[in-house]
Amino acid sequence: MSDGLRVEGLHFAYPDGTPVLHGINLTLAAGERVALLGPNGAGKTTLVLHLNGILHGGPGTIEVAGARVNPSDRAALAEIRRRVGIVFQDPDDQLFMPTVAEDVAFGPQNLGVRGDELTTRVDEALAAVGMSEHRDQVPHHLSFGQRRRVAVATVLAMRPEILVLDEPSSNLDPASRRELAEILEPLPVTVLMVTHDLPYALQLCPRSVIMDAGRIVADGPTPDLLGDEPLLRAHRLELPFGFHPAAR
Amino acid sequence: MGAGHAHPLHLATASPVHRLAPEVKIAAVLLFTIIVVVTPREKFWAFGGYALLLAVVAVVARVPALWLAKRATIELPFVLLAIALPFAGRGERIDWFGLSLSVDGLHGAWNIFAKGTLGVLASLLLAASTTMRDLILGLDRLRCPTVFTQIATFMLRYLDVLADDARRMRIARLSRGYDPRFLWQVKAFAVSVGALFLRAYERGERVYLAMVSRGYAGRLPQPESGRAPAGQWLAASALPVATAGIALAALWG
Repeated sequence: MSDGLRVEGLHFAYPDGTPVLHGINLTLAAGERVALLGPNGAGKTTLVLHLNGILHGGPGTIEVAGARVNPSDRAALAEIRRRVGIVFQDPDDQLFMPTVAEDVAFGPQNLGVRGDELTTRVDEALAAVGMSEHRDQVPHHLSFGQRRRVAVATVLAMRPEILVLDEPSSNLDPASRRELAEILEPLPVTVLMVTHDLPYALQLCPRSVIMDAGRIVADGPTPDLLGDEPLLRAHRLELPFGFHPAAR
Repeated sequence: MGAGHAHPLHLATASPVHRLAPEVKIAAVLLFTIIVVVTPREKFWAFGGYALLLAVVAVVARVPALWLAKRATIELPFVLLAIALPFAGRGERIDWFGLSLSVDGLHGAWNIFAKGTLGVLASLLLAASTTMRDLILGLDRLRCPTVFTQIATFMLRYLDVLADDARRMRIARLSRGYDPRFLWQVKAFAVSVGALFLRAYERGERVYLAMVSRGYAGRLPQPESGRAPAGQWLAASALPVATAGIALAALWG
C-alpha cells in the first residue's frame, strides 16, 4: 500500500530553545485511521502543525502522499495544505465567515475553485456531515456539535488526502460524539486523530501511536495498546472508569 | 444569504424595500443624506418634504412609526447639545415666554435637529430593511476598500463570540460574590476587560492558523458578485431624485 504520510527524523525546538520534538518517525498507509495519543505537552499539536508546513525549521522530513513538505516553496505548500486538512479543536477558531456555506467555500476558493464546481464542493461537504439544511445559518447560532461538524466540512471541501483531527470529541455531548463518529468512519481518507478520548480511539482507529515528551513511545493495534495498563500509566493515559477494551 | 444575521436594528419582514439589493439602498441613503445636509437651514418646508419622503419609504418598507421612533432616541445626546445653542448664541435676540433666545442659535439648533433626525431616520430605515451581512456585501459591491469590509466581516462573526466570552466571565465574577457598587471596586472588571483583550488576541492567532491551514495566502476570496438589476437602481433612485427635486424647488422657490 502507498504511504499516505511519512515523517522521518523530525526534530523541533521553539525559538526560545525549548525542545519539543526529538526525532519523530511515523508512517501512515493511505486510507489508514490512526489515533495519536499522549499526555498534555507531549508535542502532539506541534507535530500536527508540521504536517502542513505551518511549523518548520528543525531537521527531518515530511512527505504527504509522496510530496515533500517544503516551507520555502509556496506553490507546493498550497498543494500540501490541500492534501492535509486540519480540523482544529475549537470550531469558533475554524469558522470565521458569516455563514456556514461561505466558510465551507473558503478553502476551495483559496485553491482557485469557482462557480458551479465550488457550489458542488460546498454541497458535498455539507451533505457528508449532515449539515446541508444549515448552509445559510450563522455559525454562532449552531450548537457546539453542529459547529464541530461544519468545521469538518470546511476541510472536506478541500478534498484532502489526510484528515487531521485535533481532539474531535472534546466538549461534545454523547449523542454528538456518536454522530461525529458515524460521519468520520465511512470517510475514504487517511485519518490522524489526536485525542485523549481513548474509547473514541478504539472505536475509530485500528492503530494507535503514543507520544510522550516529543518521542513516539508506542505504536500498534489500538486494542493492544489500550490493554497494556503499565504502558498507559507510564505516559499519563487512563481509561475511563469501568471501561475495559478487552470486554468489547 | 445572511439569514439569521439579525441585529437589533433589523426588522425581519418582507417588503419591496427589503428585497432591494443592499448596494442600491446604501447609495440612495447616502445621496439622500448629502442633499439633506447641503440644504440651507432656512428652507423650512424642504425639510418637511424630506420627512414626508422618509414616511413614504417607511410605509413601503412596512416599518412601524413607533418602532422607528424608539430607535431614533439614539440621537438624543446630540440634540441636547443643540438645545443649548439658542441660549448661548450671540447676535439678535427674541423674547419667548420670558426667555431671551438668540435667533442665530435657534437656527443652529433647528439645523442640527432637522438634519440629524432625517439622517438618523434614513439610516434606521436602511438598517431595518438590510441584514448586517448584506450591508457588508453592498459596501463591497460599491468598491469600498476590502480592508474595511474584511474587518467588518470578522467583527460580524466574532462580536457574538466575544460577547459570549464577556458574559461567561461576568457570570463567573458574580458567582464568586463580586458585586461592585462604587467606582473603586471596578478593579476586577478592569482586569476582566484586559483578560478579554488577551483572549481575543490569542483567538486571532488561532483563527489565523486555521485560515492558513486552509490555504489562506493573504487575500480573502471575493464574494460571488451578483449585480443589482437596473430596475432596482431605478426604484431606489426615486428617493434621492425626489429629494433633489425638493431641494431645487426650495432653492429657487
